[in-house]
Amino acid sequence: MADSGETDGLGPKDGIQQAKTDGKELTKDEKQRLRKEKKQQKKGKEKKDDKASNESEKEKKPVVSSAPPASSVPSTQPTTQKAPPAVPALVPGPASETSALADKPAKSKAELKAERRARQEAERASKQGKKGDVVGQQAPTSKPKAVPSELQPVVKRLPEHIQLDNPDVLKKLAKKYERQQIPLRSDYGYKVSLFSHLHQYSRKAPLTQQISIPSTVIHPAIVRLGLQYSQGIVAGSNARSVALLHAFKQVIRDYTTPPNEELSRDLVNKLKPYISFLNQCRPLSASMGNAIKHIKKEISNIPSQWKEEEAKRSLLSGIDSYINEKIILAAEAVAKSAIEKISDGDVILVYGCSSLVNHILCKAFEKNRKFRVIVVDSRPRLEGREALRRLVQRGISCTYVLISAVSYILPEVSKVFLGAHALLANGYVMSRVGTSQIALVAKAFNVPVLVCCETYKFCERVQTDSFVSNELDDPDDLIVTRKGKTQLEHWQQVRSLGLLNLVYDVTPPDFVDLVITDLGMIPCTSVPVVLRVKNVDQ
Amino acid sequence: MPGPDRETDLTERIEAFLSDLKRGGSGTGPLRGSAETARETTSLLRRITAHARWSSAEDLMEIFRKEGRRMTAAQPSETTVGNMIRRVLKIVREEYARSRGSSEEADQQESLHKLLTSGGLCDDNFKLHFATLKANVIEAINELLTELEGTTDNIAMQALEHIHSNEVIMTIGRSRTVEAFLKDAARKRKFHVIVAECAPFCQGHKMATSLSEAGIETTVIADAAIFAVMSRVNKVIIGTQTVLANGGLRALNGTHTLALAAKHHSTPLIVCAPMFKLSPQFPNEEDTFHKFVSPHEVLPFTEGEILSKVNVHCPVFDYVPPDLITLFISNIGGHAPSYIYRLMSELYHPEDHEL
Repeated sequence: MADSGETDGLGPKDGIQQAKTDGKELTKDEKQRLRKEKKQQKKGKEKKDDKASNESEKEKKPVVSSAPPASSVPSTQPTTQKAPPAVPALVPGPASETSALADKPAKSKAELKAERRARQEAERASKQGKKGDVVGQQAPTSKPKAVPSELQPVVKRLPEHIQLDNPDVLKKLAKKYERQQIPLRSDYGYKVSLFSHLHQYSRKAPLTQQISIPSTVIHPAIVRLGLQYSQGIVAGSNARSVALLHAFKQVIRDYTTPPNEELSRDLVNKLKPYISFLNQCRPLSASMGNAIKHIKKEISNIPSQWKEEEAKRSLLSGIDSYINEKIILAAEAVAKSAIEKISDGDVILVYGCSSLVNHILCKAFEKNRKFRVIVVDSRPRLEGREALRRLVQRGISCTYVLISAVSYILPEVSKVFLGAHALLANGYVMSRVGTSQIALVAKAFNVPVLVCCETYKFCERVQTDSFVSNELDDPDDLIVTRKGKTQLEHWQQVRSLGLLNLVYDVTPPDFVDLVITDLGMIPCTSVPVVLRVKNVDQ
Repeated sequence: MPGPDRETDLTERIEAFLSDLKRGGSGTGPLRGSAETARETTSLLRRITAHARWSSAEDLMEIFRKEGRRMTAAQPSETTVGNMIRRVLKIVREEYARSRGSSEEADQQESLHKLLTSGGLCDDNFKLHFATLKANVIEAINELLTELEGTTDNIAMQALEHIHSNEVIMTIGRSRTVEAFLKDAARKRKFHVIVAECAPFCQGHKMATSLSEAGIETTVIADAAIFAVMSRVNKVIIGTQTVLANGGLRALNGTHTLALAAKHHSTPLIVCAPMFKLSPQFPNEEDTFHKFVSPHEVLPFTEGEILSKVNVHCPVFDYVPPDLITLFISNIGGHAPSYIYRLMSELYHPEDHEL
């Protein structure tokens, strides 16, 4: 298969180009061919750096029959000092391993074993020679698996959406999107230098304008969801997760396994371009990330002997039970604990629109607690108005102020209830921008601050400030018109003027007195304990 | 006849001034800045000295007090008016004392010793008539006017002592003093300014456009992002509406939050305030001096269905306690907040604190 790909090299390549321009999805064969060619191109570049010319001659035949690797491998087996020359000989080894094995299954088992062992040892030697200091990554792979599963010494890869100032990452991202056939969304406007590593998109240029309708690569439910995210129609951590899960249910319902494929592997690969698309429409939230991880795990755990209908049914019911358990029932549990903290005569301050906090207040009102609510709001999102409407409809007496008046109104307040977008592993609370400010002023006036958060929003990231990982919203939102005059209308023309519209900020744990979760009431610093318990359970 | 004409002319001017004060009460700020108000007040007082009928210093002071009470009642939040009247009253006292020939210092300080030994009020009631008093008072008021005209420049001249290169400075809303301060420093040094827009009137936008036109790198942020961004800020420089007698501030709403965030990050908070903003009021309760404007700025009438069921507040000012402030920069130099009460005794006579 690989040989034929080499000999009539123009034929399949043309086919691939044609498929790309047509916008049709590449078949699996074509994708595999593309991948192999790219790998070999990369190796070709690597070999050019090597001084050993005879190795380079050998490697110039990109599709290698198994004989040269087999002969070179035993020769390098005893000599671990020849690590650099061993590497180029070995690198085509793994690549053509599958083809070699497929072509010549008649090799003896002993020879194969010897090959494999030699390859591993030489690779290990070369890696230790090159990266001597990154022991943490190599030590576990070299030792037999004696490392306890809890410690997880592998350092996680940095997410790409916070590395925009690195041109290599940008190139890699662009290639990835090209491979997945998703258009690249471009940034808008002047970015403040402190945030040059983040995306800044404009709401007037959604990603859906760049894809053809109907799109054959991306499922229409996902396209609609992406548009709803980028225009802010679906906003709020819980709402976004639930919408995502419903869209995935639709995708699973419409999915059919292609022939010669396993559902567990192919469906996960199908979901990857959708996730890239949604990520570009609006960066994924922590709750969405956890939901996606759960779905991927469920899909890959499907036993291969199940029929498609059965598998689909189990996946759909799994998603339903996830939504029910982690979001709906968790909200009930949180409300039950939180109502104990609300007493008669309380004046409760809330910020913005958190579905969980609104739920708690409505439930407490139904249980005939007498309290009144102060809703604090901030520009430019003005989400507090939505919360205000919902509470007033229930009949709760409310007061409404902007965040700059919070030090005026705080002496009247007895408790502060805040919602969270995610709880980080070092105890910091990531939430809508302005939350940390309210917690700060509440602390200065000695008012207790209670954060309400479901456990599915707990996240293993750590963060100490609001700069490194954040989201930049459309800067044009800050422009306001008063009495027909807009001061900042032409901010793009003024060179030294920048507008900054942050979406999230982190609150340090010493400002937060209590976190109410569905597992009970915990202090902020117990978040890693909960995460560990959850991981052990799973 | 010149007399009554001058008097009617005078009353007309006073009425015009009062109506201006009343009109400038919307939250966007007075129609003119505090410096202009101070100058207007002082020139009006000079005119009163020149044209009104009075024979002794006591008459003059009584006229000032009467007009002063009317002016402060027209716009209580505009404390510059009251401050200027107290300054001029002090000038009258000084000139009177100088005309009488007694030394100034003995009269000024009400020390405990003096209270015990003199045993009673000061014996002169300012009833003596001096021919040169009028001219002296007018001359002194002219000096005061010159001082007022130079305040912003005096403050701006100190900018280079406090701002170094590559700094990140945060400010809130719009203050003409701070604007002049930063522009003066920008002529020689390069730094970055972050302006918090200060909803709902968003005066910060005008400040940002004006600063960026002067070539300063400016960023506008929403009020909610003050704490988030504060960790990268080196200094906070703000203006204020009034400096209270204990060293606290009455400033735009949102300033208290800014001050708390600066304290949390141990960032110095510098207040640029000219001396005519110093007012002998003490904040006995935090809400005795609040001013509110129409809540439709906060929740517009388009939200009509819920408007009747909701209380909406739109305060204009914030109280900032003196322990959050690091430095005051005024036209006579820099001071710590604990020194403000001393400055007050130099500017105003204790009997004038209540007009």
